[in-house]
Amino acid sequence: MIDALLSGLSGLVMGFGLLTIENIIMMSVGCALLYLGIKKNYEPLLLVPIGFGALLVNIPLAGMMAPDGLLRHFYDAGVMTEIFPCLIFIGIGAMTDFGPLLENPKILLLGAAGQFGIFLTLGLALLLGFSQLDAVAIGIIGACDGPTSIYVTSKYAPHLLGAVSVAAYGYMSLVPLIQPPIMRILTTDKERKVRMEYPKKSASPALKILFPVVVTIVTCLIAPMGTPLMGMIMLGNLMRESGAVSRLTKASENEIANVVTLLLGLSIGATMEGAAFLKPQTLLILGLGFIAICLDTVAGVLFGKLMCLLTKGKINPLIGAAGISAYPMAARVVQTEGRKYDENNWLLMHAVGANTGGQIGSVMAAGIMLSVLKGMGIG
Amino acid sequence: MDTFTFGITMTIVGMGSTLLSLWFLTLIINLLKRIFPYRESDEKGKEAKS
Repeated sequence: MIDALLSGLSGLVMGFGLLTIENIIMMSVGCALLYLGIKKNYEPLLLVPIGFGALLVNIPLAGMMAPDGLLRHFYDAGVMTEIFPCLIFIGIGAMTDFGPLLENPKILLLGAAGQFGIFLTLGLALLLGFSQLDAVAIGIIGACDGPTSIYVTSKYAPHLLGAVSVAAYGYMSLVPLIQPPIMRILTTDKERKVRMEYPKKSASPALKILFPVVVTIVTCLIAPMGTPLMGMIMLGNLMRESGAVSRLTKASENEIANVVTLLLGLSIGATMEGAAFLKPQTLLILGLGFIAICLDTVAGVLFGKLMCLLTKGKINPLIGAAGISAYPMAARVVQTEGRKYDENNWLLMHAVGANTGGQIGSVMAAGIMLSVLKGMGIG
Repeated sequence: MDTFTFGITMTIVGMGSTLLSLWFLTLIINLLKRIFPYRESDEKGKEAKS
């Protein structure tokens, strides 16, 4: 009888007995993410489920990522099939107003410059000894776009998914801290005070409806491998601008986006199992991710300076920093920085235009990367 | 393909193609703006809808 009681009770302490130092560290990381999300309000919609997923997956014997585990089902069904990032993109498209970009199309080029960090970081990762496909996954952190990073990484380097997605979302939330010093170093006082004119006429409704259709056809023909991403973001935007399917638009930007964000966050957290995550390689990836965002900002601001020069001072180079995809944080950063030097300088709408250009640019860059890899017969 | 060639190819083709594609898109948007210019009636239609 006593033996039966003792063996029964031993089952209740087995979890404590099997807890490793790696599990404890990762549970602490999970708690830190929860703290950042809840207390500091850094991307709470993502950091809370990611942090909680990290907690769950590090509980011994819970088997959350075992072949029949709950989080394994979410991960396999949504991340490995690439369904989650694509569904999120429909929501992003439904929430995005490309109007400011259509009013001043040339700022779309800033969205291209803001992606240069992807390719430069890819080169750095190769120099540091990462394999070709791992380097592609690391470089894509520079897209500063969570769903794109997850899409590419789950395709080519699923073992890096935890580190890459934590870096992508983490740095995206830190954009207000990372970008301003770079913007100040690269611009002169005079450049920061440049006031940009607002177009007198906005984009016509017909143009706004045609835009997602034309972008889908053109960009997907250039980079067919990016079609799932570009197609979904543009579908969401077409639904928004057409006004014909308001129920679907509302569902895409609310219910669908919310449910998928929750499941995606949990799935990412589930990849943060101690033994697999705690490697020197993870630190390297986080470092390279930071460099990628910095290089994006540098390229965006320098391209902004070039455009300022070519347009004889009609473009404020600060808006180049919004060419990255972190929407709408990067645009807000530009607005805040601009007003520090001229209280009445309203750059927000121009920065939003560059920022939405960055969204298109990041998906385009990812699509090009995937298509070039396909052309090389890699992956 | 060796790593060096891969890195250089991805960097040049990636950056160049992204820039060229978006530049091409700006041309198309400018063309569409000419074909579908903004009209005062658009604003009135919007107001009537709301």
